[in-house]
Amino acid sequence: MVSVEFAGEATMNEVCYVHSGGKKLKSEIIRINGNVADIQVFEMTTGIGVGDDVEFTGELLSVQLGPGLLGQVYDGLQNPLPELAEECGFFLDRGVYFSALNESKKWEFTPSVEVEARVEAGEQIGFVREGIFKHWIMVPFQLEGVLTVKRIVGAGSYTINDTVAEVEDEKGALHPLTMVFNWPVKRAVKSYAERLKPSETLITKLRIIDTFIPVAKGGTYCIPGPFGAGKTVLQQVTSRNAEVDVVIIAACGERAGEVVETLKEFPELIDPKTGRSLMERTVIICNTSSMPVAAREASVYTAVSIAEYYRQMGLNVLLLADSTSRWAQAMREMSGRLEEIPGEEAFPAYLESLIAAFYERAGIVRLKGGEIGSVTIGGTVSPAGGNFEEPVTQATLKVVGAFHGLSRQRSDARKYPAIHPLESWSKYKGIIDEEKTEFGRAILFKGDEVGQMMKVVGEEGTSLDDYIIYLKSDLLDFVYVQQNSFDPVDTAVEPERQQHTYDLLMGILTAELDFAGKEEARSWFNRVRQNFLDYNSKEWKSEEFNKLEATISQLLADKKKGVEADAVGF
Amino acid sequence: MQKVYSKIESIAGNVITVSATGVRNKELAVVETRYGPSLAEVIRLKRDEVALQVFNGGRGVSTSDEVRFMGEPMKVSFSDNLLGRIFNGSGRPRDGGPELTDTMIEIGGPSVNPARRIIPKNMVRTGIPMIDLFNSLVESQKLPIFSVSGEPYNELLARIALQAEVDIIILGGMGLKYDDYLFFKDTLEKGGVLSRTVFFVHTAADPVVESLLVPDIALAVAENFAIHGKRVLVLLTDMTNFADAMKEIAITMEQVPSNRGYPGDLYTQLASRYEKAVDFDGSGSITILGVTTMPGDDVTHPVPDNTGYITEGQFYLRNGRIEPFGSLSRLKQQVNADTRSDHRAIMDGMIKLYASYKESLEKKSMGFKMSDWDEKLLAYGGLFEREMMDLSVNIPLEAALDKGWEILASCFEPEETGLKSELIAQYWTNKV
Repeated sequence: MVSVEFAGEATMNEVCYVHSGGKKLKSEIIRINGNVADIQVFEMTTGIGVGDDVEFTGELLSVQLGPGLLGQVYDGLQNPLPELAEECGFFLDRGVYFSALNESKKWEFTPSVEVEARVEAGEQIGFVREGIFKHWIMVPFQLEGVLTVKRIVGAGSYTINDTVAEVEDEKGALHPLTMVFNWPVKRAVKSYAERLKPSETLITKLRIIDTFIPVAKGGTYCIPGPFGAGKTVLQQVTSRNAEVDVVIIAACGERAGEVVETLKEFPELIDPKTGRSLMERTVIICNTSSMPVAAREASVYTAVSIAEYYRQMGLNVLLLADSTSRWAQAMREMSGRLEEIPGEEAFPAYLESLIAAFYERAGIVRLKGGEIGSVTIGGTVSPAGGNFEEPVTQATLKVVGAFHGLSRQRSDARKYPAIHPLESWSKYKGIIDEEKTEFGRAILFKGDEVGQMMKVVGEEGTSLDDYIIYLKSDLLDFVYVQQNSFDPVDTAVEPERQQHTYDLLMGILTAELDFAGKEEARSWFNRVRQNFLDYNSKEWKSEEFNKLEATISQLLADKKKGVEADAVGF
Repeated sequence: MQKVYSKIESIAGNVITVSATGVRNKELAVVETRYGPSLAEVIRLKRDEVALQVFNGGRGVSTSDEVRFMGEPMKVSFSDNLLGRIFNGSGRPRDGGPELTDTMIEIGGPSVNPARRIIPKNMVRTGIPMIDLFNSLVESQKLPIFSVSGEPYNELLARIALQAEVDIIILGGMGLKYDDYLFFKDTLEKGGVLSRTVFFVHTAADPVVESLLVPDIALAVAENFAIHGKRVLVLLTDMTNFADAMKEIAITMEQVPSNRGYPGDLYTQLASRYEKAVDFDGSGSITILGVTTMPGDDVTHPVPDNTGYITEGQFYLRNGRIEPFGSLSRLKQQVNADTRSDHRAIMDGMIKLYASYKESLEKKSMGFKMSDWDEKLLAYGGLFEREMMDLSVNIPLEAALDKGWEILASCFEPEETGLKSELIAQYWTNKV
């Protein structure tokens, strides 16, 4: 952190550059007191000395929005990393900044408005094709009131900096528009007609999530878990399989190696829906743990601003932030340097409101043109010691709509995904009737109770009925809650198949079964389980799939003598 | 152009302040005390008030001692002359040899661009079955050994250093007991690898602050060797001492502590060191093995906890063995597919059986009756611990796999092992 004396005007969150040792180091004002501004430098501060010059830009910290964002890999300040690598080699040198978007590339622009048309901020004036999407060129979100188009260029190819239109505001001032504009990252984009209630399920193709703890388009969820429980793997699987248009990955303060896996694998992976590489729908913002910490705070805002931008085109965007704890820690470091009075565990007192404000930038909205777009935010939390009673987890739980808690016991037992089915919750609607999922959850709950009891009294002391409940819950856990991400079929399950499988499973869970003793019950359940596992790994509706389904139904028919009293009606 | 100041304004713990102008952040200075010169580093600038941490400690520093600013941050010499040499925490020779001054490099340099990293793909063989077979070490991995005081973690590090297939070994010792330092020196000398080893050793007797530089110096040197195409193994022992030294400075500087007195940036500080582990595309690599002692055997202590979030797995060393449970190499999947067709199956299968053995053992200790199956497991568990887990076992991976089949065959029938039939047909060895 650096303090500067200034003459004239300074704005909170204004970007400035520290001139030191022949380099310009990007910084942001975070406190102003009299004529002294405290600025955080987004780079290492080695070599900065008292008396160095600081250049104020008058601009807030902002992100560049325009065609060409998709497929990019940026650092927390939207500096493109591949370009940086070409310039500087292996290392991230200080003070080297590039334009976020390719300025020489020509885009085929097609206008969609005519001269004298009336437009507002966020409305479309034309489009270019960006990969699989129609990338709408919009009136910059910061322009106010109703604007009149005074000039619009014809269809043709233009670079992002060519003027494509001129609009006149209510006061008669003329604004030239290009295909790109800047937006301050810490302000939410509000250029839409209204915000709607998230009601449609966002399909992740993970059974436990879609069925038991669903996420909604425009909703929020968090994944807290101790180290090694599989947070990042879960995020990676979601980023591949989720049914959304655009995925923004904010790798915030985590291992560089994990980003590298995404970086190297995504261009190779084909999105089955579009037939194009997954990278074409992805933007990666990475500020890994060894990159300067001040830029880490900015990185999540950069990511969410890009997400909002694509939402404004009527797309469904999923933002995955891994991990929000590192972001909170970055705030804690800055707060400590500002010598603010600390809150719990030395986190700043405003931690909760900042976390809330970040998650509130998610949402499903109806745009001024009538289309629906959404931003869904999923953040991981890395609680110290794996203990959820810590400020970041608690502040996050207050504002999210779904909680996917990862458990150390489950990951140690190699039960993946290691989401705890009983501790996790969701306020959104899933793909299966709530009554049915409640029934399944109750079985899991009772099975867990019996399992606890069996640890004390042993198998001998447990009644056959209780034992069957325990086996049912074990079966549900094994073949439905758990999912094999290494199996090409099981890794992503379509909602239709999830419903089908769940109904098949419900047949077993609701049945009153006829067993002579525990030994017979166990071996029967083992057979069902084995068949079910094979069934899960077969192509949907293939011959083998149908055969295994028939086997399972036959096994059930052999032993079913009725329906359990509490399950009548299913 | 060196500036000399002879008025120290304040001395608190190991931090001194002087009034000086034209000083830059992280610049190095020399404090001439009556007990000899000491290096010091600028850690805070406030108008003309300069705070420095004194590497030899504040003890014996007098207000009229001279402070001479060097005009540049801490640097260390880098050349092949480093090999076989022993230095202290500030990079000064500890072995009586000449001071090195050629090609000075900066320490604590910038981070590697993620876009230029590659997915690690080479296994580092160590000859220790619990590592090679069950949790393979991968080139460019960063992995700590979680342990408690009294465990033979330094012996383990020394053995890995001796046997690992790497070009250069760099040992960074922080708060190392003098005995342990001599142990490393003797062992590596006897093993004949001293000529490709560099030591940066801070012993427990040295001033605490000096240990703060050890990881940075060691890793800066490692980075340069790696860029020159060498495969480097960096051993850091013990990172908990490093974290404690940071805590001491942070509290002296009146920083707000976050958890058990550690500074709020503990995660960042540890990460910026561990993240130096890298595989340079078309050049060398850095693999980091650290030791993190867990105070009170508590893995939720801030140091092991933060470390676990940073590193790619961990080895638990307990009762002189690498624990199969909890130990994890996150990168093993990258390499264990193409070693031998039975590698993954043996890895999972033997651990599952060992877990069952633990259950049987528990039942036995509670006085339950042992079934035939339990007896088989008990025999298996004993063999497994003696012939696989014991740290003295020293065999290559292939021999360890064969040994695994041998142990299985002497204890079980093929169908009891839960292994795939094709593998059993290929590898099952009949009882002798």
